[in-house]
Amino acid sequence: MNIFPWYYSPARLAWRQLIHDQTKLMAAIAGVLFACVLVFMQLGFKDALIASAATAPKKLSGDLFLMHKQSEAMWRPVTFKRNELMRALGHSAVAEVSPLYLGLAAFKTIETNIKRTLMVYGFDPDAELFDVETIKNKRIELRLKNTIIFDEYSRPEFGPVRQLFEAGRTETEINDYKIQIIDFFRLGISFAADGNVVTSDLNFMRMFPARNPGDIDMGVIRLHPGASIEQTKADLDKQLNSFVNIFTFAELIEFETKYWTETAPIGFIFGFGTVMGLIVGLVIVYQILFTDIANHRHEFATLKAMGYKQSYFVRLVFATAFFLAVLGFIPGLILSIGLYHLAESQMFMPMPISFSKVMTVFLFILSMCFTAGLLAIRKLKDANPADMF
Amino acid sequence: MSPIIDVRNLNFSFINGEIALPVLKNVTIPIHKGEIVIMTGPSGSGKTTFLTIVGGLRQAIDGSVKVLGQQLINSTEQIKVNIRQQTGYIFQQHNLLKSLTAQQNVSMTLEMHNGMTEKERLERATEMLRAVGMGDRLHHKPDQLSGGQRQRVSIARALVGQPKIVLADEPTASLDKQSGQEAVTILKRLAKESGASILLVTHDYRILNIADRVVELEDGVINNA
Ligand SMILES: Nc1ncnc2c1ncn2[C@@H]1O[C@H](COP(=O)(O)OP(=O)(O)OP(=O)(O)O)[C@@H](O)[C@H]1O
Ligand SMILES: [Mg+2]
Repeated sequence: MNIFPWYYSPARLAWRQLIHDQTKLMAAIAGVLFACVLVFMQLGFKDALIASAATAPKKLSGDLFLMHKQSEAMWRPVTFKRNELMRALGHSAVAEVSPLYLGLAAFKTIETNIKRTLMVYGFDPDAELFDVETIKNKRIELRLKNTIIFDEYSRPEFGPVRQLFEAGRTETEINDYKIQIIDFFRLGISFAADGNVVTSDLNFMRMFPARNPGDIDMGVIRLHPGASIEQTKADLDKQLNSFVNIFTFAELIEFETKYWTETAPIGFIFGFGTVMGLIVGLVIVYQILFTDIANHRHEFATLKAMGYKQSYFVRLVFATAFFLAVLGFIPGLILSIGLYHLAESQMFMPMPISFSKVMTVFLFILSMCFTAGLLAIRKLKDANPADMF
Repeated sequence: MSPIIDVRNLNFSFINGEIALPVLKNVTIPIHKGEIVIMTGPSGSGKTTFLTIVGGLRQAIDGSVKVLGQQLINSTEQIKVNIRQQTGYIFQQHNLLKSLTAQQNVSMTLEMHNGMTEKERLERATEMLRAVGMGDRLHHKPDQLSGGQRQRVSIARALVGQPKIVLADEPTASLDKQSGQEAVTILKRLAKESGASILLVTHDYRILNIADRVVELEDGVINNA
């Protein structure tokens, strides 16, 4: 019962005033909805980006990974000498090492003969660098000349590769070099590459004749069971040349993700978009609350003359802000779910709406509305009870 | 028994930049419990200003204004809020809340105070609306009511909290003769029943008959107090 005059009463009046003017309510909801959808889309793209940035490294199987210090990310590596990787074998904890070759290459689509760029991963098939069943199962066939395994989650621009394969059309070109598709695996696209293929190290050199097997893009190290990854990393850090970075699996994924969210401007753009969405929403909600107070100032002054305190109206404004946040968020969420599905089908990147994302956006929208309320309450002082008679 | 409103030597000026405009000059007037006082006077003589000071809506700094035993000169906001809560106001324009029904409007007076359930509040509001002859318009919003009906709702709103003081500024100004007379008759009956004092400002000479006492304010000075 005590809570009644404190919060319920101003909230109820706020609600009654809101639903009294339905056109204005609709405009207000549209404003919040707009901000909500904008923020959802920006965060969705950003998360899809982060998730896709690490799709390839997440499939790698190894304990430590060597990259040149100048490599910004896996998709644009700087090569280093294979000998450097071999030196790691000197450490007693190291069981095996294998080089990974990476390169963007032109894939000729089977039906239309248009060339499109995809990512080629080359490595010794016996090393089983990718933790993907089909790749492991086809390691014998991969050793044959000119064979590749195609990522069936590549963008549809590469053509209906799977259907053509089943119809017997398995031959095409990568970098003008004839190759055979022998199977499919599932990886998914990233901002760097619209498609992926996996091949043997020898075939990789055939597709990239200018490349030299002694210059590698990445080195994958596997340790003996039970060896300390951290300790070995620290030892290798001292032994190996200072131009290589040594990453653990987790560090590699973080390094790749960080590149896209921080170094590449893409992460900044989505962050910026989120902030802009919130600012636009803030301005709209502020305008609505401000004119709402201005329109109701006679009513507020009347209530003040009856003995209502200033704090009652502050709570009323915040209650209005809260209702706008909720009323705008719900249709905003529904619309965003639809747009996420649309974006997924267009971009071929997973865009899940997670509970934590829903909560994040709701908290953003709520703080946006509260900030607008905070800015608008100064208008309350215009409600002067002395002007009522 | 000491007066319920006790104004002595009240001076009040509006300050406009450097210039002070004196509006109330040495006003002294006591109003007793249950008394109905009508204040008349020419336009601009300071009647409204006087009402806002007595009602705790405007701060005065010179003289003595004791209402329900509390000094309003140089008072704190808390004291003014306290006086406002014990006073019923009837404004010239009805000033009902547009988004609320008649019943909800009247109930707003009771919502400030704790200790009443929603049901009790609505019952009291309904009772009061019946008393002003609006029992069949409980769920109408102000823009579905006539001017006279609105003013009756606003009388109900002023009186539902059983205030000791009712302040009214030209409550009949926007009403025709018939509904104006009706409104003040209801006001008088209810005030007499509950023992409230009424200070009513008006130009309307047709309603002087309800007063126990008529005072005239002329250029900030009280005549025949
Ligand atoms: N807020 C204000 N600021 C400055 N001067 C004011 C203000 N309100 C009223 N006045 C002046 O104070 C004087 C008294 O005004 P007040 O409203 O009390 O008169 P009144 O007797 O109620 O007149 P009426 O019968 O026309 O309502 C007038 O000269 C008016 O111009
Ligand atoms: Mg006046």
